[in-house]
Amino acid sequence: MDLTYDERYQAFRQEVQRFITEHRHLAPREIGLERPSEEQKRWQRLLIEHGYAARTIPKEYGGFGAPMDVLEQFIIADEFSTAGVSQGLSGQGIAMLVPTLLELGTEEQKKQYIPPTIRGDMVWCQGYSEPNAGSDLASLRTSARVEGDCFVINGQKIWTSSAHFSDMMFCLVRTEPDAPKHKGISYLLIPMTTPGIEVRPLMTMTGDAIFNEVFFTDVKVPVTNIVGQRGEGWKVANATLIYERGMLGDPNQTTNFYKRVVEVLQRETIAGESIMTRQPQLRERLLRLQGRVLAMRFHGLRLLTHFSRMEMPGVAMLVVKLYGTVLNHELAALAIDAMGELGTLYDKDPMLRDDGIWQRWYMFSLGLIIGGGTSQIQKNIISERGLGMPREPRTPEEIAASTAKQPQS
Amino acid sequence: MEFGLSEDDRLLQDSVVRFLTTEVPLDRVRELAAADTQKAGFDSALWQGLADLGVLGLVVPERFGGSGQGFFLAALVSEALGGVVAPAPYVGTSAATWALLLGGSAAQQEQALPEIVKGKRRYALALAETVAPRQDAALRLQGNTLHGESLCLIDALPATHILAATSDGMLGVVEQGAAGLAMRPMQTIDRTRSWGLMQANGVSWEPLGGDMPRDQLLRRTLAAARVLLAADTLGAAQTMLDKAVAYAKERKQFSRVIASFQAVKHMCAEMVTELEPARSLLWYAAHAQDHVVEEADLMACLAKAHLGDIGREIARSATEVHGGMGFTDLVGLHYWFKRIGMDRQLLGGPELTREEAARLQHFVQ
Repeated sequence: MDLTYDERYQAFRQEVQRFITEHRHLAPREIGLERPSEEQKRWQRLLIEHGYAARTIPKEYGGFGAPMDVLEQFIIADEFSTAGVSQGLSGQGIAMLVPTLLELGTEEQKKQYIPPTIRGDMVWCQGYSEPNAGSDLASLRTSARVEGDCFVINGQKIWTSSAHFSDMMFCLVRTEPDAPKHKGISYLLIPMTTPGIEVRPLMTMTGDAIFNEVFFTDVKVPVTNIVGQRGEGWKVANATLIYERGMLGDPNQTTNFYKRVVEVLQRETIAGESIMTRQPQLRERLLRLQGRVLAMRFHGLRLLTHFSRMEMPGVAMLVVKLYGTVLNHELAALAIDAMGELGTLYDKDPMLRDDGIWQRWYMFSLGLIIGGGTSQIQKNIISERGLGMPREPRTPEEIAASTAKQPQS
Repeated sequence: MEFGLSEDDRLLQDSVVRFLTTEVPLDRVRELAAADTQKAGFDSALWQGLADLGVLGLVVPERFGGSGQGFFLAALVSEALGGVVAPAPYVGTSAATWALLLGGSAAQQEQALPEIVKGKRRYALALAETVAPRQDAALRLQGNTLHGESLCLIDALPATHILAATSDGMLGVVEQGAAGLAMRPMQTIDRTRSWGLMQANGVSWEPLGGDMPRDQLLRRTLAAARVLLAADTLGAAQTMLDKAVAYAKERKQFSRVIASFQAVKHMCAEMVTELEPARSLLWYAAHAQDHVVEEADLMACLAKAHLGDIGREIARSATEVHGGMGFTDLVGLHYWFKRIGMDRQLLGGPELTREEAARLQHFVQ
């Protein structure tokens, strides 16, 4: 254990701090769930120029071109988040498509798509889930048949966040209907302006419509808009899933969230006395969660160390999504409970606390427990890949084999 | 920046685990647990073996015969001992070593530390009353001698010395067998270690004579003991999880190994999901004892509470995965179950240490 940084990283941290101090007046207030504004794109270009965004993307594709160094990435994320300054654009194009193209795209695709994507000029959505293909994603049925030099796409996607303002979709479609389900899928890049695409907003329990349903009726895209080969889409998509799960994100997010819950318990009162001193049961819950927040924080440092040593963290990595999403949900729940009846206020009520974030986060964090691989799927992954327990049967043949073993009663 | 085990850490951990796996088979644990309570919880050959491995001098500076490698490694050893439910007075001796390092006079250190490293001196802890006195127990100083009673001494009978705190929080050392001292074993659920009650009637007591202020010394000593107990739980819980997974992969019902049932897989996934982040918290709490001193007692409180809670859950779930066999004496799982149950109650259970953590952060007065 050595939690100090050597001179090189100390110097790097100071350099990041200096940049933030000198430029923070230019930073946009918040990167929201909308198309990037001109101000946000200007900030993004400045960050790329200094190597604080698109740091490891090669220069020929518009990035900064630095070698991968997870400690540098961590220091950047840590300093920007501590300063409360935007770390630039995120989104599925930058987080998932760009790394996939870098690994599996053609030279032409890299040159065409990566530069505008990392600058925020080209916005992407992800077309994976379907109404009947959720946890069992590989059973997706949206089809693409070849006609001349085009794929013709028919079907429906769901949970497509940002589809209503995206330029492009990276999409999984079935191109080989006769192949086994994992081998009949292709990974296509679809301009959202193509005729035949209809985007319908999907309202959620929070009252927002951050997701959409996307319908395809005879949508034609050139056959060159494929990443990898026909039938290899599952492999291509899994390359990106590794990136999604491997993203460091904001290392201080849960800690900052916890600190705000502490403020709620100190600020909210009953008969003039703070909840913190008046309600020991809620204080106990807070301290329980503090233990978990710290466990999560140090666990992040442990994983960071594994990555910096180029080691596979194994089961320690697999538990993060399950642990973290439930923890965020419980933090929001505690803040709501500390407010009693007033914890139920929502939307624009004049007595609303903190702009209503607590109920919103409470609901939104439940969405995150479900999305991106439900907690039940996470437990399958943890037990199978982490603990070496038998795999769930996934194909019709495996299911038949597993039920055939059962004795008749 | 290295948050994790170094090569050296791993080498030490491997050698300790290898040693313990051969020296502490379950049969040996049973044998000692079945012995009468005067002898339970101590294997002198094992203790000597640990001394020979250098494990008793990890926090002791080289000039006293140790290797001065720091508290983190001591916590790894405690974890390894918990993993095999080793009958060894390690928590008591290591916490007392820590107290001597922080608060002993030069003469006391010179006298005690080399003996500790060689395995000749072992310590019990009589600190329970500084945390939460039960049954009005208390140790008081009258003149230079100690009077009163202390309960639930950790590693009571194998000890050659007792690190005892007076009710006003001063730490000092009593010799086992001193005139006026009566020590009787206490029977607890955990027979892999030794527990006792001491009665002092004018016992000679030597206060630790170093410079560290009394309150601070007590807090740092409690913190060290709590981290060692939490580490013991971590090791025991890991073994219970490993055993549950292994059993589930062998046990067949309905013509399938039960590890193929999602109900069982998900129980195991939940256990490891709690265990791995808890390990990270424990690592930091151990590291903090000598490297982030301002957080040493806060982290010890939170880690002790957290490991106490998740340890209990894992002990229960891992037993459940074993079905009826888990409830029997045949597989011996209950030694781990009880060890975890014991660690949890000692020197403040989760609610109590969390309340202490709340005070340390000025959440309450």
